[in-house]
Amino acid sequence: MSKGHQRIAKSSSRAGLTALIMAAAGGAFLASRKSARDTTDDAPGSAARRGFRGNDLVGKSVTIGRPRQELFDYWIDFENLCSFMENVISVRKAGDQGGAVWTIMAPGGRTVDVKTEMVAERPGELIGWRSTPDSEIRTEGRVTFEDAPGERGTRVSLTMTYDPPGGDLGKAVAKLFLREPEIQARHDLKRFKMLMETGEVTTSARRKSETRAAKHQQHQQTEPA
Amino acid sequence: MRALAYHGKHDVRVDTVDDPEIVNPRDAIIKVTSTAICGSDLHLYDGVIPAVLEGDILGHEFMGEVVETGPKSTLEKGQRVVVPFTISCGQCFHCQIQQYSCCDNSNPAEKQDMSATLYGHSMAGLFGYSHLTGGYSGGQAEYVRVPYSDIGPIAVPDHLDDDQVLFLSDILPTGWMAAENADIGPDDTIAVWGCGPVGLFAVQSALAMGAAEVIAIDHYPHRLELARKLGAKTINFRESNVREALMEMSGGIGVDAVIDAVGMESHGFAIDNMLDIAKQTIGVGADRASVLKQAILAVRRGGRVSIPGVYGGMTDKFPLGALMEKGLQVRGGQTHVQKYTKDLLAKIEDGTLDTTFLISHRLPLEDAAKGYKNFKEQQDVWTKVVLKPGMETQA
Ligand SMILES: NC(=O)c1ccc[n+]([C@@H]2O[C@H](COP(=O)([O-])OP(=O)(O)OC[C@H]3O[C@@H](n4cnc5c(N)ncnc54)[C@H](O)[C@@H]3O)[C@@H](O)[C@H]2O)c1
Ligand SMILES: [Zn+2]
Ligand SMILES: [Zn+2]
Repeated sequence: MSKGHQRIAKSSSRAGLTALIMAAAGGAFLASRKSARDTTDDAPGSAARRGFRGNDLVGKSVTIGRPRQELFDYWIDFENLCSFMENVISVRKAGDQGGAVWTIMAPGGRTVDVKTEMVAERPGELIGWRSTPDSEIRTEGRVTFEDAPGERGTRVSLTMTYDPPGGDLGKAVAKLFLREPEIQARHDLKRFKMLMETGEVTTSARRKSETRAAKHQQHQQTEPA
Repeated sequence: MRALAYHGKHDVRVDTVDDPEIVNPRDAIIKVTSTAICGSDLHLYDGVIPAVLEGDILGHEFMGEVVETGPKSTLEKGQRVVVPFTISCGQCFHCQIQQYSCCDNSNPAEKQDMSATLYGHSMAGLFGYSHLTGGYSGGQAEYVRVPYSDIGPIAVPDHLDDDQVLFLSDILPTGWMAAENADIGPDDTIAVWGCGPVGLFAVQSALAMGAAEVIAIDHYPHRLELARKLGAKTINFRESNVREALMEMSGGIGVDAVIDAVGMESHGFAIDNMLDIAKQTIGVGADRASVLKQAILAVRRGGRVSIPGVYGGMTDKFPLGALMEKGLQVRGGQTHVQKYTKDLLAKIEDGTLDTTFLISHRLPLEDAAKGYKNFKEQQDVWTKVVLKPGMETQA
């Protein structure tokens, strides 16, 4: 049984998020992971030895030397997310309820849109989103911000869930975007940390044409009509 | 531009490649005036460091003129600067406590996994080294893109010429930190393995820090002679049994601290070393740690072990018992260059430290491949090679 669920459960007593997500998702995927609490182990679910299959829940933490609120404010503006998320070309706001449309790179110069809605928001603490029922790809994400011990700044945890999509496009996207969600979540968080601490996303590119941003652009230009 | 690129084991060439550009706001572009070949480059040249790829531009000891600056760089065009080989953001937890070579942010996210697997944590970015450390284009080139240029590069005054200040980029701070890690007290006897650039600067630093005696170990007569000129006693390991010599020379106590300035490619015919050579040759990935093993046995009880010499992987038959039972303290690491540049520049300016004695050869960048070959094969006399882009090629 997945320890990933415990992590959600642990914070849910504070947040009520689990209930919120499970209700909203109709008991879809998060709800399917129930587990008994192992009382000898305080490690987070992301460190579990068992229960993390391909598209399962992924959670990673980094410590960022900036105040909680500042990090929250940057993230809650979803349009910022493409500046550090791997295959996300852009995120546009849709409506004023926290809805968003994510444009994501897909193989063959294609892109795919994922529509999400906000399912949880606690200023300075937590942001949760989930794909809308009509979205081609089903996904859930949650980022939490906690004060790190001492003067170390903020602990940021990112938890993401994917449901294997169907159809041709779904498969193609799974190959690229959902291939290694765990690695991707880790890299995304590392880039977020870089951006927040240093003001830029580190790259060893010698020229602009070799950067991630340039690759996103090239990708869009090769998009078939 | 022209730049020295890796093409495989013992195959480096000066190629024409695209010039670097400003990519991030804190970048600067440096036009290189002097750049050196380091013992660390030899590890790459010998193919014993993982993740060095064909076409990678090598070189991490360089200085030059600022020719372009990003909007957030604090450098100014025309400034003369020496660039630390460690790339450091200045704002992460590690940089804030001056552990610059442990910077959390200077290795691109997508390059961090390999070193995180190998070492438990990812490495910081380094110029011209391996993709473990970011895969940054290095300084044996006409131009270099320098990220976080507001943290690393140090401006140098015009009255000091390149040869006097170039080594602030690496080996001078490395020798200094090696001695600092040996925690030297006034009555101490310190043994230094290796009389290459790092070892020689460690000897110089240990004496400057007040060591009563420094004993330098190597097998090249000329290099040993340089150590002696700095004020060290010497042991030629081809002629004497090193451990016995050290016990005698320290009156049966053992030396107070040991500095391994050799690293993973030690020379010699000790049995374990020959085995490790064989393993390295067939690619098993064992580091040759015979110097470190010897040093751990030679140091006195409760002594200090300082490791500036580079190791990259695992090693066999390590004297773990001696380490624990004798109560030793071990310190090592890539150098936190930025922590030392200012003070060491002051010591160069006031004449306390001289670095020019080390340079045996100055070559045009075009002749870099020859520099590598000779620095490797004729170590005794080729003590340090400085490459100068634009210098006339000799026939
Ligand atoms: N920690 C750092 O940041 C840092 C920086 C620069 C260099 N380094 C490392 O320091 C080491 C030395 O660098 P260098 O430029 O002086 O290299 P170098 O190759 O010029 O010198 C190494 C010396 O060690 C001697 N040696 C080999 N085997 C020996 C043995 N068994 N006993 C005694 N001496 C022996 C060699 O004869 C040679 O003179 C390398 O491993 C290099 O990668 C580390
Ligand atoms: Zn070096
Ligand atoms: Zn840093």
